[in-house]
Amino acid sequence: MWTWFYRLASPPYVYRTAAALTPWFFAGAALMIGYGLVDGLAFAPPDYQQGDAFRIIYVHAPSAWLSLFAYTLMAVAGAIALIWRIKVGYAVAAAAAPIGASFTLAALVTGSLWGRPMWGTYWAWDPRLTSELILLFLYFGVISLRQAFEDPARGDRAAALLGVVGVVNVPIVHFSVTWWNSLHQGGTVMRLGKPEMPGSMLWPLLAMLAGFMFFFGAVLCMRVRGEVLSRERQSAWVREAVIS
Amino acid sequence: MGGYARFVWPSISFALAVLIWNVWSARRHHARALTRAARAVAMARSEES
Amino acid sequence: MTPRRKRMLVVFGILSGVAASVALAVVAGRQNISFYYDPTQVALGKEPPGKGFRLGGMVVKGSVSRKPGDLTVRFVLTDFAHQVPVTYTGVLPDLFREGQGIIAHGTMGPNGEFVADEVLAKHDEKYMPPEVAASLKNKHGVKPTT
Repeated sequence: MWTWFYRLASPPYVYRTAAALTPWFFAGAALMIGYGLVDGLAFAPPDYQQGDAFRIIYVHAPSAWLSLFAYTLMAVAGAIALIWRIKVGYAVAAAAAPIGASFTLAALVTGSLWGRPMWGTYWAWDPRLTSELILLFLYFGVISLRQAFEDPARGDRAAALLGVVGVVNVPIVHFSVTWWNSLHQGGTVMRLGKPEMPGSMLWPLLAMLAGFMFFFGAVLCMRVRGEVLSRERQSAWVREAVIS
Repeated sequence: MGGYARFVWPSISFALAVLIWNVWSARRHHARALTRAARAVAMARSEES
Repeated sequence: MTPRRKRMLVVFGILSGVAASVALAVVAGRQNISFYYDPTQVALGKEPPGKGFRLGGMVVKGSVSRKPGDLTVRFVLTDFAHQVPVTYTGVLPDLFREGQGIIAHGTMGPNGEFVADEVLAKHDEKYMPPEVAASLKNKHGVKPTT
């Protein structure tokens, strides 16, 4: 029953499949981001309260969602690698880390630029902002921890453990605006009940989210291939792959 | 942008720059991994002969 | 127990341990994590003594007053249970207006008036075009809550 699971996790299979998926993911990303940006920046109506400043949502919200999704994926991949001893899990975790960190940075920077005109400050030690900053530090920690060991296998295990430990922060980031009095507002889309946004503003936002997810898939596939190669250098299939 | 252009455009630009960095970085990463793997394969082959 | 089962226990054990510690820390530090106190907490004397703190509430309609030529503005914040008068000298955020959510940082003056050194606007998660907001106002005679 589990054989399909282990076959899925075979390095040459992952290496080939990631290559095949990448162009499709990029195509989906280009389509969704292309439509989302144009509609969101030029055609969606301004907000009654925030005016055109709200348009930053079209890059800020997808970046923030991706920052949480990537960390969760990284933690799950690491846990699977630790528990089932599936090396490909370490490759996926290692690939996801720098991508996730870059989206966390994007969320923080675009959020800061949005906060200045709307809230009146570039930064505040509010629960949402602080926990997202902690997420960035966790990403850096996972990346550094992996490099800190001479033996790459031990580095992979240590990084995977830190990834699992840090995943506790993901629900904290998400629920921070519900659990505590905060400056950052609650969820517009990621909530129980209808989204608090009309279709004309919402569709480009959903497209941007889909586009960013496709994009994440594409660059993750690219990085996973490199990570798989470096962990399987001694294998026979790598010889074939390198020659071709 | 209703007076908020100096916040909106830098935000969009930064996000796009992050996307571009990701593509560039992933390509570089794979290229390096390929080079190192090719080197390992070549070394192993020369040891065999 | 298989080695894999053991590894699973270790991973989930560590995760649970960390989650429990964080939950404990969060519950214990509840008040300090919140970004602001509301007028009710201030009325109950729950604000931290001495140093400055953040007060959050909604600007009461008709409470905003400013002497001509003076940068000092006075307004009242409410959480619909208690009210606190606030005075502030400085630039206000774009979103500041009556009915808006506001978070002010400062200290409580001796006369029960909050002296703010920073005023931030808080907005909610609702987005709508101006026409929709205007028609809501006309229909119900009330601005969409901020």
